[in-house]
Amino acid sequence: MVLALNVPKISNNRKQSMNKLLEVKNLKVILDHEVIHDKLSFSIKEGEMLTILGPNGAGKSVLLKVLLGLLPYDKGKIIWHKKPRIGYLPQNLNRLAVKNLPLTVEDFFKLKDIVYSHQEITNSLQSVGLENTILKKPIHILSGGQFQRMLISWVLISKPNMLFLDEATAGIDIGGDENIYSLIDTLRLQSPLTVVMVTHDIHVVYAHSDTVLCLKRKSHACFGKPKTILTPQLLEKIFGMEVKFYEHQ
Amino acid sequence: MTLQLILSLTSGIIISGIAAYLGTLMLSKRMSVVAGPLAHLAFPGVAIAILCGFDLALGVFPFVLLGAIFIWLLERKTKLPMENLSAVIFATGVGSSLLFLPIAEAEEALVGNIMQISSIETIMITILGIIVFFSTQKIYKNIILINIHEDLVKVDKKNIDLYNLVYLLAVAVVVALGVYLVGGLITAALIAIPAGASRNISSSLFQYKLWAVIFGILGTVMGIIFSLIFNLSAGPLIIVSGAIIFLLSLFFQK
Repeated sequence: MVLALNVPKISNNRKQSMNKLLEVKNLKVILDHEVIHDKLSFSIKEGEMLTILGPNGAGKSVLLKVLLGLLPYDKGKIIWHKKPRIGYLPQNLNRLAVKNLPLTVEDFFKLKDIVYSHQEITNSLQSVGLENTILKKPIHILSGGQFQRMLISWVLISKPNMLFLDEATAGIDIGGDENIYSLIDTLRLQSPLTVVMVTHDIHVVYAHSDTVLCLKRKSHACFGKPKTILTPQLLEKIFGMEVKFYEHQ
Repeated sequence: MTLQLILSLTSGIIISGIAAYLGTLMLSKRMSVVAGPLAHLAFPGVAIAILCGFDLALGVFPFVLLGAIFIWLLERKTKLPMENLSAVIFATGVGSSLLFLPIAEAEEALVGNIMQISSIETIMITILGIIVFFSTQKIYKNIILINIHEDLVKVDKKNIDLYNLVYLLAVAVVVALGVYLVGGLITAALIAIPAGASRNISSSLFQYKLWAVIFGILGTVMGIIFSLIFNLSAGPLIIVSGAIIFLLSLFFQK
């Protein structure tokens, strides 16, 4: 695997609070009689972007669901130091189900419990770079990138301060995915937002994350700042193959 | 207009309107076909009602409601797709009823008896119709979200199983009511046809729900009027009218 790493200068004035928001201690997760995670410990600070990195089957999505309380865990502790307002975008949304309905973008926002005004929806769409002309368009004609941006805007309209994204750019062309991550960077500059993101894209980790938690099947391999801990040797250990990368300065 | 015609039209409009409304949700879940097997579960109930001399409703409702709960339990306990579960339910309903159902006396159960509906039955249909309408309205948004991704609803600590149960019970009540209107053989059409026709011409969720209900009611009123004109069973004529509306919708596809 050869990776070209483009590391943009992320703003140094991004204000990060040093307060811990979430602490995970010695977590053990068993699913269908199989140990998925064991002795897993890490923490997330307010305003930080943590990326969960690992190959398929390493339990990235499972960990996210456990943190969200959607799946149970067997041992350990998950401690929230503050009650967060959570926004969550799961993996593999059923676009086919959306196609079965004549659902416009506006209809999709109306599926939320809280009724948002036309102006609020427009503002939310504009914050992710979408024009309000998209409101009356059927969802099934949106491109992959537009669909994903609309989903992020759908999650953000509830004004979460903690965002969980599971493979947020799956199905988007190269280039389109970079836009999504840049968008999240911009949103973090505008408002205090803690982000936990699942990916198997190493490039995303270097370019956008403050910390990385790398998972290997049945164990975790590292936790820390990407530039400090992600060595080619460690990546090879995680992904089980030689990983070469070039860092563009 | 006679009292009987008023009762028939009132019952027919309520049943077809609710069936069409719920049908829009069933189409989105690709479950239009499930109504068929559930309706066939009415047959063992019909057989027992005829053999024991009960009112038809006393036979139909328990069997269809139990069938819906049975599907809900099987869906939770097994990993079988709804399609397979429907086939199991269908075979069970038809197979067991063929053992006992006196076919000659079962016409009412096969094609409905909307033209002889009583005042008491009309009141019962109205009450059940109102309950099903408000229940469906309450769960509508979340059932669509569950269908797109369960976690979108679970993350708000909502009980997915409860939503699915209410949904299936609403389907069961509509199916049981449909047996009165068009009989057990073709109840599924009451649910599938208006939603399909509406899907063809609608470009928003509101239009989709509205046109489905209009088409459902229109098909039923046409069927009842044709039944009076041609002196044929209303049930099959309601379905044929619905099919004509569906064909016309193809010319206005969006």
